[in-house]
Amino acid sequence: MSAAPARAGWRFRQPSVIPGFGLTLGLSLAYLTLIILIPLSGLAWRSASLGWPQFWAQATDSRTINALSLSFGTALAAAAVNVVFGTVVAWVLVRYRFPGKRVVDAMVDLPFALPTAVAGIALTTLYAPNGWIGSLLAPLDIKVAYTPLGIVVALIFIGLPFVVRTVQPVMEEIDREVEEAAATLGATRFQTITRVLFPGLAPAIVTGFALAFARGVGEYGSVIFIAGNLPNVSEIAPLLIIIRLEEYNYPAATAIAAVMLIISFAMLFVINMLQSWSRKRYG
Amino acid sequence: MADPVVFAAEATPSSTAGITEQRPARWALMAVAFIFLGVFLLLPLMLVFMEAFKKGVGYYVSTLGERDTLSAIRLTLLVAAISVPLNVVFGVAMAWAIAKYEFKGKAFLTTLVDLPFSVSPVISGLVYVLLFGAQSLLGPWLKANGIEILFAVPGIVLATIFVTFPFVARELIPLMEAQGTRDEEAAISLGASGWQTFWYVTLPNVKWGLLYGVLLCNARAMGEFGAVSVVSGHIRGQTNTMPLHVEILYNDYNATGAFAVASLLAGLALVTLALKSLLEMRYGAEIAATRGH
Repeated sequence: MSAAPARAGWRFRQPSVIPGFGLTLGLSLAYLTLIILIPLSGLAWRSASLGWPQFWAQATDSRTINALSLSFGTALAAAAVNVVFGTVVAWVLVRYRFPGKRVVDAMVDLPFALPTAVAGIALTTLYAPNGWIGSLLAPLDIKVAYTPLGIVVALIFIGLPFVVRTVQPVMEEIDREVEEAAATLGATRFQTITRVLFPGLAPAIVTGFALAFARGVGEYGSVIFIAGNLPNVSEIAPLLIIIRLEEYNYPAATAIAAVMLIISFAMLFVINMLQSWSRKRYG
Repeated sequence: MADPVVFAAEATPSSTAGITEQRPARWALMAVAFIFLGVFLLLPLMLVFMEAFKKGVGYYVSTLGERDTLSAIRLTLLVAAISVPLNVVFGVAMAWAIAKYEFKGKAFLTTLVDLPFSVSPVISGLVYVLLFGAQSLLGPWLKANGIEILFAVPGIVLATIFVTFPFVARELIPLMEAQGTRDEEAAISLGASGWQTFWYVTLPNVKWGLLYGVLLCNARAMGEFGAVSVVSGHIRGQTNTMPLHVEILYNDYNATGAFAVASLLAGLALVTLALKSLLEMRYGAEIAATRGH
């Protein structure tokens, strides 16, 4: 029912009586260009000017490959752990009542608010062989700090709120009548959860997984303290970028960054597709 | 024990008994959630404060009073004081442009706003090194003109802006989209100017959402480590922010000192969380679009 004249043809924007379009869009574009587009295209230009043979040589350097697979592998493991426990935490927060619930709910955002370096030194001290948790695990011969396992622990910390905060609002929206219907029709509670509730939550869980994973791949501050940073063993890709920069080996740093960005964007794209597929399937 | 479904802390009336878990399952799920949160969130937080005061209050105070620590605190406050207001001004402009109009390429612009969240902080710093470093196109020119960006305050501010600018825009865009344009159209048709409409109509509508965004933006600006670490050059007393100072003290085997500075940052995080929950509790409806990031 728009009052706009029925003039056919391409139009950059729909007419509006609200002023300020030029000003705000101009400011936004200028800012985005300066802060994001120019720096990022600088990275693209630098990797392009390396030339394919050199880029390939840098990207397939064995230390680079090891760092990249460590970063992606640990992020994957941590996101998987977070999907399980994050969903349980969200369920408990949405469905159960207990004293101090508000505090617990607020606490979930701690990893968003706590600077990563603080998280890093705290987790390292906690899981070091003489730390509160590390000393409990030492007799069992489990080493966490200064091993890849430590990286997973740090990434679990960092990624948890992404899963909880994505799944929680969807859980709150669940219509209880659906569960009642399932129960009335003779479904056990387990069947109701796995066959009725879970499909509806799946897109949110996948999104939470993707966000936690994407954050984990690039995470630096919380990881470098606990990782041990042994080349080829516990050296993550972002750290290798910094090491290459400190060696003034800009081509290597650029190549690693470009590979990380390409893989991350590709995975986010795949996950977006997966999400729209599961939304269509489970609506 | 007359009614098996009555559970002290469970408010669900017994008529809905068939749609919740059995009591043992409930207890088990709660135990799993609490132990997980306790181990991964509460323990690290407690440890920060306990380690900070390990050598007593006197040591704590004297660490925080050191020259390098004070200069790190000053630099962190300075960087936040520059980058947060800039991100507020441009974030509001961006939200206005995206939420109040329909135009081609809007989806692309929205994606661009989100971009920093999917880029590693280290890469966020790296792009500025490639842009302004000695080996870059601009590098020699900057040097010839005596302009210092990298390993100086401007570089730290730029990297911080890059990492934090989505916060304000992302809170405001869904909120302003949900509120629509009716209020503004009414104001305009009653003769208000564009600025009057913004100050008296739009801004009051989104003030709590804006505050929420500023809160998160500030927390990240003061706590950013990866991006700042790449561009800062780690010059003690000059280009060290608080998170970088934590790292330096920690690597100097001065764990208590590192945790003392870390405790300030943890305190900031707790204040941020408290204010955030307060905003959600009191003005939940007005910042509704923000739940779940």
